[in-house]
Amino acid sequence: MTSGLTAVIVIGIYMLLLLSIGVLSNRVFKGTAADYFVASRGIGPFVLLMSVFGTTMTSFAIIGSSAEAFTAGLGVYGKMVSWSGIFHSICFFLVGVRLWAFGKRYGYQTQIQFFRDRFESGHMGLLLFPVLVGLIVPYLLMGVVGAATAIESITAGAFSVFFAATKGGIPYWIAGLVVCGVTLIYVFFGGVRGAAWANTFQTVVFVVLGLVTFVVIAQRLGGPAAATRQVMHVNPAHLKLGAADADQKIYEQRLAEYEAGQSKIKPRRPHEIPSGVFFTYLFIPLSVAMFPHLFQHWLTAKSARSFRLTLIAHPLLMMLTWLPCVLIGVWATAAIVPETGLPVIPPDFARANAVLPMMVNKLAPPFVGGLLVAGVLAAIMSSLDSQFICLGSIFTNDIVSHYIRKDRLGDRAVLVLGRGFIVLIVAATYGFSLWFPGASVFRLGIWCFTGYAALAPLVFAALYWKRTTKAGAVACVLTAAVVGVFFFYKAYSETALAGEHEYTIWGMMPVTIILAASTLALVVVSLMTRPPSAATVAKFFGTHPSLDARAYPSEAVVVGGSWGAR
Amino acid sequence: MKNVSVVLVVFLVLGHHDFWNWHRSEPLILGFIPVGLAWHTMISLFAAVLAALMARYNWPPSVDALESMPEQTGPAAGH
Repeated sequence: MTSGLTAVIVIGIYMLLLLSIGVLSNRVFKGTAADYFVASRGIGPFVLLMSVFGTTMTSFAIIGSSAEAFTAGLGVYGKMVSWSGIFHSICFFLVGVRLWAFGKRYGYQTQIQFFRDRFESGHMGLLLFPVLVGLIVPYLLMGVVGAATAIESITAGAFSVFFAATKGGIPYWIAGLVVCGVTLIYVFFGGVRGAAWANTFQTVVFVVLGLVTFVVIAQRLGGPAAATRQVMHVNPAHLKLGAADADQKIYEQRLAEYEAGQSKIKPRRPHEIPSGVFFTYLFIPLSVAMFPHLFQHWLTAKSARSFRLTLIAHPLLMMLTWLPCVLIGVWATAAIVPETGLPVIPPDFARANAVLPMMVNKLAPPFVGGLLVAGVLAAIMSSLDSQFICLGSIFTNDIVSHYIRKDRLGDRAVLVLGRGFIVLIVAATYGFSLWFPGASVFRLGIWCFTGYAALAPLVFAALYWKRTTKAGAVACVLTAAVVGVFFFYKAYSETALAGEHEYTIWGMMPVTIILAASTLALVVVSLMTRPPSAATVAKFFGTHPSLDARAYPSEAVVVGGSWGAR
Repeated sequence: MKNVSVVLVVFLVLGHHDFWNWHRSEPLILGFIPVGLAWHTMISLFAAVLAALMARYNWPPSVDALESMPEQTGPAAGH
């Protein structure tokens, strides 16, 4: 049996397991919207951690990290993981716990419901809906591009008769279709509980299998020390943030050896991460404060205490997931197949997204390779499912139920409309994935996170600044959208979201400028317009459900809702 | 304790910009992890410690009481 066919069998079994989880979770489905969308707020600490982590980590963490490490060196860890370790937990603490408290108190099921109340505007959803959905599409796209690329690469040799163009691998377009289809089915069956259960299973799978991949590949390269030494010999600049003069000389020397036929590995040009770029990556992790799919998972928590494990373990799980992938990506720049003596990744290889699958395909035994691709799919599908649920949730709750009287549409019709909308967006994403198969998963991810990060001032101000007004919120969203689209267009024109060149503005990541503009718009317009009503201020800042009463001793009066009396 | 957490965050942010490791990969920690990468791995570990301190000392006590509150069926406001 070929390694590709083994991979096909393992992937098939894995997909069946996921479908079974969807069917099982459907058995405990209570038939209510609160159960479908927020699992009746009954998710405990461990499943919350697994579902939040699984949702946050997508192909960006597995395929994107190794691709970026291959392209630009191990600085990607500092740019993404150590910044995220600090700021994700802070966002979970400052934003997640408070939003959970408001959700519990006022029955929110989506972000837009919270913003509508906080900004006293029924039509706030009409502005936020297209922006949030528009930003989810590139997030979905990352998943589909990453999964389809991984499956096509890892199944190479399985169906040589049928798919000669892909060297026998399941073609990209079929792989993307299968991943979307299976995720849609188990999400439709199980709702957010099904997604949380599946995420727990998948998160365990991808963390464990990621470590197994690392050990297997390291052994095949002669051990981790030998693998790193080989990179030091060929591409030393890939092991540091900034290339030294000596690295340029080594590059020229190795290139001359390659061109003279003395070496089979073509060196990669030394790459430097500018100091300003490295620092301003710190704004990217603020995006988690505005992820609508994460908001939905926060609302599923059984209690505020459930968040504690997530706060603490999230940076550690990120480290466990990213570190092996980053090292494998760097090792790929100099890795040799032991049996043939040929480089694992051919010279001038441009499809960086395929680096990890190729390392697995060429270095791991077939069965392990199949398991490893299941791990990659686990990371990707554990994000796709939450995003699908979230799309359905915001469409049914924020558009259909908000603008159409309940007696005109039954529950069944609302559910069908919600599912129809999910299918529509997934179909559009699938179409985009066929259009941009070469887009860098990493670059796509950065732009998607940039968009969400530019909206982060909105949620921080809504929770911590009483003076924030509806007009200020609208100005923030519009500014983020206009400035963001402008710079995205420029970046796409110049880089096509691929290659080594990273689009920057004045030596900084674009998120810096877009975030500054949206924050400025929010503050200036809020100060220029009438403050929110006393009732709204009392509702969200009176007896704040997530504030220590000692901090607001003079405001310990409860107003409205089911929170209770004085 | 809130101030201590803020100071720790500032230290982590400053420590993240490890210009002293910028142009070197050695020593290799554990024989295979370049020193810059090892440094950032430590930042991840300290971020977890910081989160543990926040969860222990800065936790808003009133949120825990919400667990026993009955579930509300939909948004309360009429917007």
